[in-house]
Amino acid sequence: MTAPLIEAKELVKLYQMGDETVHALAGVSFVVPRGDYCAIVGPSGSGKSTMMNILGGLDTPSGGRIVIDNADIATLTDEELATFRNRTIGFIFQSFNLLPRLSALENVELPMIYGGVLPKERKERAAALLTRVGLGERMSHRPTQLSGGQQQRVAIARALAGRPALLLADEPTGALDTQTGKDILNLFSELNREGVTIVIVTHDHEVAAATKRTIEMRDGRIVADHLNGSRAA
Amino acid sequence: MMRTADLVASASRALRSNPLRSALTALGVIIGVGSVVAMVALGSGAQAQVERSIASLGSNLLIVVPGAQASGGVRMAQGGGGRDTLTLDDVEAIAGLEGVLAVAPSQRGNAQLVANGVNWNTRIEGVTPSYMLARDWEVAQGRFFDESEERQARRVVVLGATVARELFPNVDPIGQAMRISGGSYEVIGVLESKGQSGFGMDQDDVVLAPLTTVKRRISGRFRRADTVSQISVKAASEGELNRLQEDVENLLRDRHRIRPGDEDDFTVQNLSSITETAAATTQVFTYLLGGISAVSLLVGGIGIMNIMLVSVTERTREIGLRKALGARQSDILHQFGLEAVTLSLAGGIVGLALGVAGAWGMTSLFNLPLVIAPQNALMAIGFSGLVGVVFGAYPAWRAAKLDPIEALRRE
Ligand SMILES: Nc1ncnc2c1ncn2[C@@H]1O[C@H](COP(=O)(O)OP(=O)(O)OP(=O)(O)O)[C@@H](O)[C@H]1O
Ligand SMILES: [Mg+2]
Repeated sequence: MTAPLIEAKELVKLYQMGDETVHALAGVSFVVPRGDYCAIVGPSGSGKSTMMNILGGLDTPSGGRIVIDNADIATLTDEELATFRNRTIGFIFQSFNLLPRLSALENVELPMIYGGVLPKERKERAAALLTRVGLGERMSHRPTQLSGGQQQRVAIARALAGRPALLLADEPTGALDTQTGKDILNLFSELNREGVTIVIVTHDHEVAAATKRTIEMRDGRIVADHLNGSRAA
Repeated sequence: MMRTADLVASASRALRSNPLRSALTALGVIIGVGSVVAMVALGSGAQAQVERSIASLGSNLLIVVPGAQASGGVRMAQGGGGRDTLTLDDVEAIAGLEGVLAVAPSQRGNAQLVANGVNWNTRIEGVTPSYMLARDWEVAQGRFFDESEERQARRVVVLGATVARELFPNVDPIGQAMRISGGSYEVIGVLESKGQSGFGMDQDDVVLAPLTTVKRRISGRFRRADTVSQISVKAASEGELNRLQEDVENLLRDRHRIRPGDEDDFTVQNLSSITETAAATTQVFTYLLGGISAVSLLVGGIGIMNIMLVSVTERTREIGLRKALGARQSDILHQFGLEAVTLSLAGGIVGLALGVAGAWGMTSLFNLPLVIAPQNALMAIGFSGLVGVVFGAYPAWRAAKLDPIEALRRE
């Protein structure tokens, strides 16, 4: 058996707010094997986004140890972190975060530019990814010319551009209507079946139910971690 | 790691996305570089003009005039004034010194010329043929008088270009007769034009006549027959000029029996040192103009810094996103740095073009030569690039150091 993709031990994240210390993460341990598809749920302020930012290499923990794809995040230099974000992680945001002046195709090319992929290959891969998420006909559209669901598909294609081992999505359906959200979830399920490991944060228990496993957080701790019955088989 | 081509494409895209802002930002550098280029060119033109016009008085030249040096300043060869202390024997003696190419005595006077019913008041110089060599004159038309004509005090004259033009606008002056102080003279030649001297004097407004003629009939009538108002001494080479000046001074002091410590009764003026002083003065002037203009370049640089800081603030979220997608600090640093340098370099190139055009306009307005050294043009471009680097560095650094989470949270 190969090493798990994510291994977190006693993760702590502290924020100093004046005299008060906020324990955004107060000792979190869990393991995510390769190929998993799990949801993190919990009330507002429970530390879900903090967790995702650490998993995505955007933030560093105050304590504990986190190993992703055999890399101990805390030991990486700035440059190694940039490469980690570029190659190992695909990040999907609630608010899409597409660059408004770039076309859909150029938005998907962006991570590959930082990965040093040559223009020809870059364009081919970006076009293939947009086709994969069902936007083959919309490649030259600007984000403002696309619906919310379409924009999130562009963002998913962009997250996949670096051929990441781990796809992270912080409330990816939060800004979408129910039906569009379902379409996005179907896309995630397909990607997961193709072998991509996915972790999503959601408030919505229906969304969580669509994944294989639910991790529940409260006050910076994991209070429940269970496989979703219908999918677990 | 970002490829250079992608970096350039990214920076130029950002600049083109807001063309008016980019143009206005570059305008500061355009004005700065443009005014530096124009002002330095103007100053260099003035300098070249001063050097050229002083040089036109004669090269490697010492001018000896009667009377002591006016204290605290350089007095130009006016001659005439003071006591008559310079004699033809002095001239002979100077001719015997080592390193002398030509010695030319001259007697200056003013004369009323009349020809074809036209009156013209001008300067008349009584000279010997060696004056031509000593003072770098050339005959444009006709001929100069020779030694024997000079000795015989013939009534012949050679006209400066201005005089020839004023008195004989439509006829060939050669062979024409004219009256000077009541006597009749024949025009035998016209001098090549020299233009204005560095002191605003029209050098072509002159008539040259044999020294003896002038002494006897025009200006020296009431003076001793063997004195002159000026001696021009041309050195064989520039390197000998200072040594020759000392030799002439020692010789004349000796001949005039001036004891050590006593004031000289003559002054030896060294034109090359006058040229140097004048050139140095105009050079200071050039630096001053350039320096003042450089301040506007500085202001242009601050404009770039200002806009780049605004741009970093506006694009904070974009920077955060780029970092989340794998941009390194160096990628962000290079992109913003390149934007600043592109702005200032473009401004520098346009500014250079406008500066050259401005210099051309001003120099033709003031009738100065247009002097633009290629290395100055390159320096202007290089300097504008440097302005971009210096003033773009801080905003780019700020962008590179942004925390991606903070940046992404910003709206
Ligand atoms: N930069 C910060 N400075 C101070 N406190 C912070 C900071 N970021 C997060 N926190 C605190 O850490 C705790 C966890 O925040 P986090 O954003 O992880 O919550 P969340 O579970 O994502 O909430 P939500 O569901 O509302 O997005 C909160 O109490 C929050 O106030
Ligand atoms: Mg959150």
